[in-house]
Amino acid sequence: MQISTRRRDKTTIFDLSGDIDFANSPELRQSVLREIQDSRTSRVMVNLSQVRYIDSSGVASLVEGLKASRDVGSRFILFGLSTSAREVLQLSRLIKVFEIYDNEEQALAC
Amino acid sequence: MLALYSNPKWLSVVRGTVERLTETLGFPIAQCRSITRAVDEALTNIVRHSYGNRLDQPIAMYFRRAQRRHDGQVQQGLEILLCDRGPAVDTSKLQGRPLDEIRPGGLGLHFIRQTMDTVEFTRRGPTNRLRLVKYLAQANSAL
Repeated sequence: MQISTRRRDKTTIFDLSGDIDFANSPELRQSVLREIQDSRTSRVMVNLSQVRYIDSSGVASLVEGLKASRDVGSRFILFGLSTSAREVLQLSRLIKVFEIYDNEEQALAC
Repeated sequence: MLALYSNPKWLSVVRGTVERLTETLGFPIAQCRSITRAVDEALTNIVRHSYGNRLDQPIAMYFRRAQRRHDGQVQQGLEILLCDRGPAVDTSKLQGRPLDEIRPGGLGLHFIRQTMDTVEFTRRGPTNRLRLVKYLAQANSAL
């Protein structure tokens, strides 16, 4: 898994790629929570378009990000869901819990 | 048969193996992904819960063809047996969490049960055994 972070229009964007599993999801969790608590941007967006695989621990990290965002009054948005990401969010019935957009431009416009 | 240690770094290797195996056996691509996910989640549960995140404990995986009679037809399938030497599993706690709760954790078992036709936990001597079976639809059989 690779994680990179950038800022755009007062938004923090995480670009994730590769496989997110139990070996590396703690790193994702830590990065997302630290960013939410430290930067206090109005929006945190996660780009999942290059995620080849994500397991339940990766989904749990996203849920924690969502909850932490709600706690500080910011939005937590997912966009560009890969096949694997969409499948696990559907299987876990979390697909309707997250704010999800097809791509970055759509997410930024909302 | 695959023998590995309980280090999560091996998860990606096992996923690659299971994905290729299920493709070769003729499972549809979506089922290849879901079977791979189920095995990955099962291994993660062993690492986390059976071995308490210790990295050097033994796990054995056995793969073999399975067969059953279903609706008057013989169905071929894949049986995967995962064995660990952790403490006995309390099967009454293997429920997963309700899916209407929005909180992290407890999803792995749901992914396993949603995918596999058979999910059986047994204890034999000092070994926990998790038996997973997935059958092919008749038209897809390449076994």
